[in-house]
Amino acid sequence: MSDMHAHSVAYVRETMLPEQEPPSSAVGVTAWMRENLFRGWANSLMTVVAIYVIYKIVAGSLPWFLGGIWSTSSLAECREILQGATGGCFSVLTERWNQLLFGFQYPSEQYWRLILAFVLLGLAAAPVLFRHLPRGLLVFTGLYPFIAFWLIWGGTILAPLMALAGFVLGYVAFKKVEHQSFAMGALAFLIAAALTWWIGGLVSGAAPGVLALEPVPSRNMGGFMLNLILGTVCVSLSLPIGIVLALGRQSDMPIIKWICVVFIELIRGVPLITLLFVANVVLAYFLPPGTSFDLIIRVIIMITAFSSAYIAEVIRGGLAALPRGQYEAADSLGLDYAQATRLIIMPQALKISIPGIVNVAVGLFKDTTLVSVISMFDLVGMIRGPILASTEWNGVYWELWGFAVMLFFIVCYSISQYSQWLERQLQTDHR
Amino acid sequence: MKKSVFLGAMTVAGLAAGAAAAATLDDVKARGKLNCGVTTGLVGFAAPDANGNWDGFDVGFCRAVAAAVLNDPNAVEFVPTTGKTRFTALASGEIDTLARNTTWTFSRDVDLKFEFVGVNYYDGQGFIVPKELGVSSAKELDGATVCIQTGTTTELNLADFFRKNNISYEPVPIETNAEAQPLYLEGACDTYTTDASGLAATRAAFENPQDHVVLPEIISKEPLGPLVRHGDNDWGDINRWVLNALIAAEEYGVTSANVDELASGTDNPEINRLLGTEGNLGEMLGLDADWAARTIKAVGNYGELFEKHIGENTPVGLSRGLNAQWTDGGLMYAPPFR
Amino acid sequence: MSTISDPPAESFRLSQLINDTRYRSITFQFVALVLLIFAMAYLGLNLVQNLAAAGLNISFDFLGEPAGYDINQTLIDYTSQSSHWRATMVGVLNTMLVAILGCIMATVIGVFVGVLRLSPNWLVRKLMSIYVEIFRNVPVLIWILIIMAVFVAVLPQPRDFRGDDATASMVWGAFAFTGRGFYAPLPLFGPGSAVVVAVFVASLIGIVFYRRHTTKKLYDEGVLLPRTWPSVALFFVPVLLAFFVMGQPITLEYPALKGFNFQGGIFMRNSLIALWFALSIYTAAFIAENVRAGILAVSKGQTEAAASLGLRPNRIMNLVVLPQALRVIIPPLISQYLNLTKNSSLAIAVGYMDLTGTLGGITLNQTGRAIECVLLLMLFYLTISLGISAIMNVYNNAVKLKER
Repeated sequence: MSDMHAHSVAYVRETMLPEQEPPSSAVGVTAWMRENLFRGWANSLMTVVAIYVIYKIVAGSLPWFLGGIWSTSSLAECREILQGATGGCFSVLTERWNQLLFGFQYPSEQYWRLILAFVLLGLAAAPVLFRHLPRGLLVFTGLYPFIAFWLIWGGTILAPLMALAGFVLGYVAFKKVEHQSFAMGALAFLIAAALTWWIGGLVSGAAPGVLALEPVPSRNMGGFMLNLILGTVCVSLSLPIGIVLALGRQSDMPIIKWICVVFIELIRGVPLITLLFVANVVLAYFLPPGTSFDLIIRVIIMITAFSSAYIAEVIRGGLAALPRGQYEAADSLGLDYAQATRLIIMPQALKISIPGIVNVAVGLFKDTTLVSVISMFDLVGMIRGPILASTEWNGVYWELWGFAVMLFFIVCYSISQYSQWLERQLQTDHR
Repeated sequence: MKKSVFLGAMTVAGLAAGAAAAATLDDVKARGKLNCGVTTGLVGFAAPDANGNWDGFDVGFCRAVAAAVLNDPNAVEFVPTTGKTRFTALASGEIDTLARNTTWTFSRDVDLKFEFVGVNYYDGQGFIVPKELGVSSAKELDGATVCIQTGTTTELNLADFFRKNNISYEPVPIETNAEAQPLYLEGACDTYTTDASGLAATRAAFENPQDHVVLPEIISKEPLGPLVRHGDNDWGDINRWVLNALIAAEEYGVTSANVDELASGTDNPEINRLLGTEGNLGEMLGLDADWAARTIKAVGNYGELFEKHIGENTPVGLSRGLNAQWTDGGLMYAPPFR
Repeated sequence: MSTISDPPAESFRLSQLINDTRYRSITFQFVALVLLIFAMAYLGLNLVQNLAAAGLNISFDFLGEPAGYDINQTLIDYTSQSSHWRATMVGVLNTMLVAILGCIMATVIGVFVGVLRLSPNWLVRKLMSIYVEIFRNVPVLIWILIIMAVFVAVLPQPRDFRGDDATASMVWGAFAFTGRGFYAPLPLFGPGSAVVVAVFVASLIGIVFYRRHTTKKLYDEGVLLPRTWPSVALFFVPVLLAFFVMGQPITLEYPALKGFNFQGGIFMRNSLIALWFALSIYTAAFIAENVRAGILAVSKGQTEAAASLGLRPNRIMNLVVLPQALRVIIPPLISQYLNLTKNSSLAIAVGYMDLTGTLGGITLNQTGRAIECVLLLMLFYLTISLGISAIMNVYNNAVKLKER
């Protein structure tokens, strides 16, 4: 064959040509730009418009940022230094730094407690967020709420200790009775915990000086710290409530289902601000005469109710997405409802709903700024109220709002990035 | 995760909260603190300083009551309230006394079931305008954009005033004084209206106060005073007579400087009764004999309070006017102490 | 014989109530119901006690009393002598106005950004994702306040238009952009303008019919008639003819600086614009994500199939991808509309007199009827929310994939 070929064809290449570089228009920066920026005239036009927009933004903000003044004590002073030149008066941030972060009523010599609580929050959250960390750290996560309460609110360490003891004893009681049925276990937990808390209340009331930090009433919380406290407390509280509501809504017991549906739809149908009005001006009428909760606790109650309704809907989506076979398989193994839910259904449903839950959490954290409308001094409240109204800083907008935008962006963006990362992690091992 | 914060806080709140309904005096004594409702911040009347300490004319009254009842002018928990929350806070027992430049009106006294214990400042609603507008009377404000602080009697007065004079205006409702300031200063409103004292205080906080004038028209009567819940007359009496003691002290010339000296006894029986060296007025109130002396020593008499926080030598710069003693042609008139 | 397999006839024992699945659900429901009733009764009793102690009562009579305050933006007749109920209605309409305007603008921006996020242009793609991330991750309240602050601080105030050395001037003599809001010319309908309006409506109907006709022609006979220029002609010619024949009955009223403010023309208040704009761009960031997800959810095979049929890219988008993506987009879009409506209650932060500003704001403050006002407020929002979801669900069902 090859011989024939060799004779019938005038020229045959015997060796491979050396590989050539692709033409410069198909590789490297040029190709990338052709492909991504200048493909067709419409595309090129868009690029030009985009570059113009970016130029405008940078040209507008960069000199303002670079020319900023960081060390004056009032706007007038700052403007005097600027002499009409472009530049931000960032000194409002340095001068009111503590107020923006901690509000204006938290005793300033106690700020270390808040910073410590914040750092510990990172430590406590880490094992929950990243699964490859040692599981032993979860013990610290369990202890964290009590430590944080003691650090932030102060007072005797006995109060959080007794609250912790209540949970521990309750758990012990639950384990003791669990073999009878889950319901009995739960009842035992409640009784044991309530008993401990009651005794604990008496004990810590009697000895308010044991290892006491200077107590700070919650009315004195403020600044970005208040947003963080409200966000973490309400999300953590609303998770279990949301799970219960979601299960209730999926239940085939009509009365329980009906109660959950009404609650969820009622809450989801009204804006958070009306619920905050309830906390602010109405809730007091529904409490027994003589009790007066702090505003912050009333607000926590209402925000928790709000977010648990949303979380319940997310988890309900997760439950609905589970194949019917999972429920049937659990039944066929002879598991009862509590066991099936705890061991089979919930772990899977929660996994599916994690992105949704994180979305709700981010939304809720953003919504904590609404408390400024009911005269609480969170970050937005501090800016709108004491800072913008003060004689020194009347008229500083961009610097303050830019700072607020930045703080919220950093927190919310990292949470949503984390959730996307987690979603990718979880994707590998299911289905 | 943080369940216990909530539970713990509930326990703490449960322990801390006394009964608020019936005997307020006992509750305040048991608590060791007076819960006093004030504004969220109005220079001269009640505003927190950079360290979070409250100071001002209304704050002075709170401290006076605390001094009389608890023997400590600093045993006050200041609860900032807005126009919206103040009445609920008082009705629900969150605060014991509301000293937040609140106008004494019929419906608040009768329908909302509160008890005004007196008047600590006779006020009226006015307008502030930039000088460059060249307006000299409120009647020239036809077509103007008016910033109003909501939740007060001001918006009702304003509607009445413009309707009566048959001129139009564009109302811009604002929630707090702090938000009204930038709106007015940037020119989003032509004029800002609230109680004349509030206007003076607001103007004092401006960078260039001399560029703004308060118009001469006072379009309403605004007797401002502290108030308590209806139905607890003992507590109401204490508040009323603390206020009267402050006013009377000025009339009799008792000041924080000379009260110690006078409390050792004078030849004026009125002063003696007031300061507890004669008679048993304190006992009748359920307090001890030198309650008024303590109060005056702690915060000064009415005139001192006025001069210190809102008087002509302060940035607020209010003249006594109607708030002078009756002996000086004003309306401040304390009933006799006997 | 059969007795062996029969279960022993058990008598009912109390423990069955909790251990037997047949009865357990009844027990639980009973307990739940009792707890609920107790909780309600407890709260109700507290309420009655508290009200009795304060000497108050629950009554909605205040709604009939004169409100006494003025509202700047009223879509229905309202004076300070109108009742609180009327003020509430003004608030409801203002809420609806900003919600509807916001939904429209948010949808437009959202779809635009969502499509651009999938653009082949790298720069545009990145710019759009920066927009989405920044706006999604910062509270809407902050955006509302920022835009309001920009309005007040950056735009010129009416006083800047005044005098000989005015620092600001009107655009084309017709539009004024001030810190208090935007002024635009207002069309005044004189006698005979009804004819012009009727002609305009008729030509609109004509355009629709003409386009239907061309489509039918194209499908039935394969004849492609021109569509664009006849539509444009139909739009303008008859109306202009009628306008001049009737002797120019419609005139424009231009805003002009008189006294303190611009007078005449259409006035959009800064509070409305700030709220509208902030809600729109905030919600648009979410809608953009939904749109992007919806488009990505349409399988690549659909695009390729359409391309192999010879359709051009924009036709593929319009005829194949978007109709399918719409089904994925609409359910989350509904909840975004609901969120926008509920977020409109933040109007209170900029002094826009919506439902929260009238009923939940001044009326509540003036009457002191906190419980009644908050209850009514929640009821109104609940009704609006349910109404929106009902309407949108009807639409959703209409475009849903009809599976056979």
